[in-house]
Amino acid sequence: MELLVASAIGTMTAGGVYLMLRLRTFPVILGLALLSYAVNVFLFSSGRLSIDMSPILSKYSDTSYSDPLPQALVLTAIVISFGMTAVLVMISLGAYLEADNDEIDIEPEITDEDSAT
Amino acid sequence: METTGNFLFIIALLPFIGALIPGLMIRAGRNATAAFTAMPTAVALILLMTYAPAVLRGEVIQAEVAWLPQLGLSVSFFLDGLGLLFACMILGVGLLITLYARYYLSGEDPVGQFYTYLLLFQGAMLGIVISDNILLLLVFWELTSLSSFLLIGYWKHLPEGRQGARMALAVTGAGGLAMIGGMLILGNIAGSYNLTDILQAGDAIRASEWYMPALILILLGAFTKSAQFPFHFWLPHAMAAPTPVSAYLHSATMVKAGVFLMARMWPVLSGTDAWFYIVATTGLITMVMGALIALFKDDLKALLAFSTVSHLGLLTMLLGFGTQAAAVAAVFHIINHLTFKAALFMTAGIIDHETHTRDIKRLGGLRHLMPITFLIGTIAALSMAGIPLFNGFLSKEMMLEEASHTGWAGSQYAVPVLATIGALLSVAYSFRFIFHVFFGPVRDDYPAKPHDPPFGLWAAPALLVVLVVLIGVMPFIADTVVAAAASAVTGTDLDPHLKIWHGVTPALFMSVAAVAGGALLLMLHRPLDRVWRAAPRPEAKAIFDSLVAGCVSLTRRIIEATHNGAISRYLAIFTAASVLLGVAAFMGGGLVEPTRELLPIPPVIAVGWLMLVVATGCVVVMHHHRFRALVLIGIIGLSISSGFVYLSAPDLALTQISVETVTIMLLLLALHFLPKTTPRVSSTGVKLRDGVIAAAAGLGVGALSFAFMQRDISTISSYHLANSYEGGGGTNVVNVILVDFRGYDTFGEIIVLGIAGMLIYALMQALLDGPSAQRLRNTDYSQDRSKDRHPLMMVVATRVLMPIALLVGTFIFLRGHNQPGGGFVAGLVVAIALLMQYMASGFAWTQARKRIEYHTMIGFGVLIAGLTGVGSWVFGKPFLTSAFTYVHLPPIEEFELATAMLFDLGVFLTVLGAVMLMLYSLSRIARFAGETVNEEPMDYDPASRVDNGPEAR
Repeated sequence: MELLVASAIGTMTAGGVYLMLRLRTFPVILGLALLSYAVNVFLFSSGRLSIDMSPILSKYSDTSYSDPLPQALVLTAIVISFGMTAVLVMISLGAYLEADNDEIDIEPEITDEDSAT
Repeated sequence: METTGNFLFIIALLPFIGALIPGLMIRAGRNATAAFTAMPTAVALILLMTYAPAVLRGEVIQAEVAWLPQLGLSVSFFLDGLGLLFACMILGVGLLITLYARYYLSGEDPVGQFYTYLLLFQGAMLGIVISDNILLLLVFWELTSLSSFLLIGYWKHLPEGRQGARMALAVTGAGGLAMIGGMLILGNIAGSYNLTDILQAGDAIRASEWYMPALILILLGAFTKSAQFPFHFWLPHAMAAPTPVSAYLHSATMVKAGVFLMARMWPVLSGTDAWFYIVATTGLITMVMGALIALFKDDLKALLAFSTVSHLGLLTMLLGFGTQAAAVAAVFHIINHLTFKAALFMTAGIIDHETHTRDIKRLGGLRHLMPITFLIGTIAALSMAGIPLFNGFLSKEMMLEEASHTGWAGSQYAVPVLATIGALLSVAYSFRFIFHVFFGPVRDDYPAKPHDPPFGLWAAPALLVVLVVLIGVMPFIADTVVAAAASAVTGTDLDPHLKIWHGVTPALFMSVAAVAGGALLLMLHRPLDRVWRAAPRPEAKAIFDSLVAGCVSLTRRIIEATHNGAISRYLAIFTAASVLLGVAAFMGGGLVEPTRELLPIPPVIAVGWLMLVVATGCVVVMHHHRFRALVLIGIIGLSISSGFVYLSAPDLALTQISVETVTIMLLLLALHFLPKTTPRVSSTGVKLRDGVIAAAAGLGVGALSFAFMQRDISTISSYHLANSYEGGGGTNVVNVILVDFRGYDTFGEIIVLGIAGMLIYALMQALLDGPSAQRLRNTDYSQDRSKDRHPLMMVVATRVLMPIALLVGTFIFLRGHNQPGGGFVAGLVVAIALLMQYMASGFAWTQARKRIEYHTMIGFGVLIAGLTGVGSWVFGKPFLTSAFTYVHLPPIEEFELATAMLFDLGVFLTVLGAVMLMLYSLSRIARFAGETVNEEPMDYDPASRVDNGPEAR
């Protein structure tokens, strides 16, 4: 099971990084979304994996529970990463509408001031 | 007897508080502004005077408030003789300058700004001289650099002013940086950053192997500030400032800060060969060189500037001698230099103001035209020359006396001869100031008709020359002040008796020689001047400028090479560097044996894993088709959600699944306005490079997490599990952590989310006000539009689902504390329900039915969460302590009421508001894209067809 989770994290990270290095905004956004998945699962996995041990306290039995702290942190991380994606989407949309292209790299421009010096 | 030092805080604060006033008062006129600037200064001076008797008796006034005790930083002040002397000078001259500037500055100058800068500077300077903590002293030290930058560049329309200000800031700022290093070393050796402790640790510091670095670094700070060779060049260029600034900064305060620091550190740093050779030699060189240049300057203020450099060199040299008598002479000369030099600067300002020129070659014969100015200027200049019966004579005699028996590297003559030459040059330029400006024939080509200025302008220098004469004739009146300050410098009780006649000593001969030689030199000035002008000499400004230009071009080259605007490149470098660092860190350590058994892999889960991995691969391969990639992203998100379910994280699964839905909606909306495909631009090489980086990162992270999951670590979770029910009143530990244990985090997070929502709204608003609105209107989106935009089936389905979704949301919210759910998930579920209405019936129809603005919802959410937290203060508990109770109402089962639920309500509202605001903002763009607005719930309403029957056909 651990191998599956780890390989999933690795695959998503690799895919995310690759897309993040593309030159248009939309793949970059997708890449960052993938990367956030990977990071969230990674954080979650730092609490170690466990099956049928939800951190919901039970009155009747004295069982063990999975680590609740990473879960709480990841829960907010998921919501925040949504906020981040939304801001990115808005910025890239704005850039596209203003400049009429969605490239992320800025070509260094030679201005008059620079060439004078 | 211990005097309480609480007034010291007020004294230190007054100038800063006062700095706020001139800007406000300027509407009330210049007189009122000047008066209100003088007020805090005067009050501070009066408060200071209340301490004077005690300090002169030898007491040290102290006051301390801890600021950052972990760093050894405290707001602590102390006042001893040296501090008192400097504080009096700063405040006293500050008052005079305030008066002088009122008449000096013209109506076009922004006087309010001037006085604000002046008070800021005064406060910074005052802070330096009364700080007890050296870290605090450094703060004030930097403040003087900054505020003097503002003052020197006050006439911002003059290029010289701006350049001079920049140069001063660069030089003194660089020195300040060096000094920070030196001070930190000093503090480390002494084990305390308090000056009073450091002053006690002199022996330990001199014996330390870190003494030399500390000495050099601190002296760098002092030398740059006090314009010592080779850093002297900034001071003359700072003369582009208005004359009141020059008079204040360059006679009494700023440049004396370096001297003050050397005097302050004297008991700790002096007494070694290194101190003597570095400090005394630098001082000697500076003294002679400054005086020499001053003699050949035609600009009155430049002459005074270089003479200031020369006198600062003199002070530095005296402190460098390291003897007690020299320290007394230095302290006395500080006072004397202040009086005559400030008066001379003001005289130069008056001449400039009245004749519109400061060029000595265009002046002369002013004694009949400006008799009062003549009197003031002459007395001050004679004092500077060191003529008996003026105060300059006394301290110069003491200096020559000290120099006469100081040997330098085995030579008995080097110091006395050079000191005499310095004095001689000083006489020459002082006489030149008098004779070339005031004597000689009256000319008829002055740029303006000279006459004496109004009383307000000459009152301040007149007061100073009265002091010059008083001290010069009756030196004993300065006895107590000099004694107190010199005792503070040397750390021993000194009781010098200042007197005019010391008998026939070597110093007397040196003095006579200096005066005679100086007079001779002035007579020969014309031919000498020609030689000087013909001789080649290095121009400090040109060197400085080329140095700066070199730095700038080097920086530009580095920036152009590394920051070329290609963010993909930065990301690639960043990722590769992270991977390499990770590998390096891993190589440094090792792995312990795995402690956990691997869990089994059920077939269903393996299928889910396969879906995820294949979908990820497909996203990468097919990302050029953006819509398809989006669908695949959805698959990945859902696989992760199911993974969470299986791995005992029901809350995460709920959150992930609802966030997934909202994210896809958001991306779909955005995709509507973006190109539908990504062009294939990357070359195979680039793809390969990115692929390698990505694979390395993936492998690294995957291996790390695999290694991680096989090993146990100790966590704090057992505390949360044990206290969740009893302390937080809930059985869902994840939720209790969110709303209780780590409620403060959650509070911050919902604020961030709210801000993100607002940000998107604001961006959209700005976007639609700009040219992009035009672009949107002109773009034709009609070809990808569905014929049936608001299909009947969907409208009906969403309407039916709406109450059910709301019910589910409420249910999830209410049970959140004890079962999976809570504010985050509930907010998302309700948001989805509302968004479905937007999707089904369109923006206009839904918008018309919205009662509460989403911003308001965010605001209320944060407010409710915050107030819940504050509420626990009422009961004397820390922020966000939750309280709960169990209620039993007969018809329903027993249920729990907890303040945590109120907090969760805040979370709910913020999440709902933020998500709605984000998507609503995006969809608003559609209206600008030329879409028709449909107020009806659906495009083809079957009900209307039935009603209208045959007519509709």
